[in-house]
Amino acid sequence: MFAWVVWRDLILAWRRRTDVLATFFFFIIVVSLFPLGVGPEPQLLRTIAPGVVWVAALLASMLALGRTFGNDYQDGTLEQLLLTPQPLFLIVLAKVLAQWIVSELPLVLVAPVLGMQFGLSQNTLWIMTLSLLLGTPVLSLIGSIGAALTLGLRAANVLVALLVLPLYIPVLIFGAGAIESTVNGLEPQAYLLLLGATLVLALAFAPWATSAALRISVE
Amino acid sequence: MIMATSADVSYHPGPVNNLHFLIYYSIAWASWMLEVTNLSCVRGTRRLFRDLNFSAAAGELVELRGPNGSGKTSLLRILCGLSSPASGEVCWQGKNIRALAEQYLGNVAYLAHQNGLKDELSAFENLRMSCGVAGRSLAEAEAIDLLTRVGLADRLYLPARVLSAGQRRRLALARLLSLKCSLWLLDEVLTSLDDAAMQLARQFINDHLEDNGIAIIATHQDLNLSADRVRRIQLAGV
Repeated sequence: MFAWVVWRDLILAWRRRTDVLATFFFFIIVVSLFPLGVGPEPQLLRTIAPGVVWVAALLASMLALGRTFGNDYQDGTLEQLLLTPQPLFLIVLAKVLAQWIVSELPLVLVAPVLGMQFGLSQNTLWIMTLSLLLGTPVLSLIGSIGAALTLGLRAANVLVALLVLPLYIPVLIFGAGAIESTVNGLEPQAYLLLLGATLVLALAFAPWATSAALRISVE
Repeated sequence: MIMATSADVSYHPGPVNNLHFLIYYSIAWASWMLEVTNLSCVRGTRRLFRDLNFSAAAGELVELRGPNGSGKTSLLRILCGLSSPASGEVCWQGKNIRALAEQYLGNVAYLAHQNGLKDELSAFENLRMSCGVAGRSLAEAEAIDLLTRVGLADRLYLPARVLSAGQRRRLALARLLSLKCSLWLLDEVLTSLDDAAMQLARQFINDHLEDNGIAIIATHQDLNLSADRVRRIQLAGV
């Protein structure tokens, strides 16, 4: 069942790939604009790189949130999903996983290439990828709560941003902190461990919160 | 004030004394699958119906009638657990459906006003995916067979987006059959179907009842079913 939900969402995303590409190019363009705007001073670029990459990842993931449940809600398939004799948190987890693969994983993979524009060392690029790999699932998980809560509301996109962005702050701090400490020649281990802990916490609680929010929104 | 007319609604023979009461309920538990007691529904500030009582045993059809906005869809959504009632309870084999949760949902197929189809998927994919996510395996041959039965044999691999309204409804019917549930909750099942498909839908419902299934159907049209155990519930909007 879990695999079916993931597979279904992946196929649907593939058939609507313009949506996915929009998020992807948004991330690339936002990150690329900074070196152009700030100027080619290597020391400055290295200082702002962690923040820029992470803030861009945050905003790009916001763009994708509405799609997690929005399309299913509109055509009535979400109701059918809620009525399947399966634990709802598993369905939610599967949908979040599919959403992460579609909208966040490409960002993680392209980040090292973008990082080169900021003159980051190879080691720093690795740490950046690792921090994104640990942090972006948290964004998807927390974001799914907001997406479920705002289903069917009029200003859903704005509301989701207001609800979810403050909750992203820990991820932003730990994620950017990991890269920054590497840039400054320190060990990023503590930040990465904290990111990992956040991920475990989000995995444990977010699917339940999202399930409850979905039931409220569909009622 | 909007309420269900109690004469039509109440299926209970009405216990006369304690002994009758006991006998009545022991029989009830044995044979009644779905039982609705004192159900009330409030939407916003409007009361749609109140103190609704009825039950359905295996092989029975319950027909929900009433003008637009009288609460037919709300009642179906309560019966499948998507909404919660203002008061009262719905029991499946003697247990509250809230408590049964997934155990109950395994028996329920809900055909809503919306067909619940994915435009991007083909008819065939729609059918297989909806079975897959419901945790039921549907063999390829079986899926093709079902789609042939609802008259979509030559549309198997077309995306649902290009199907007509009637064809989409037919596809939703195929999904209903594929889930193999004992309780069918159907909302305006005959909408946008042509004569042949209506006949087909009636046939499906008849077969389902003969298989000891239960069907609860909200409708404006006459179903003209030959089923001998049809109960009609009139929801009276004012």
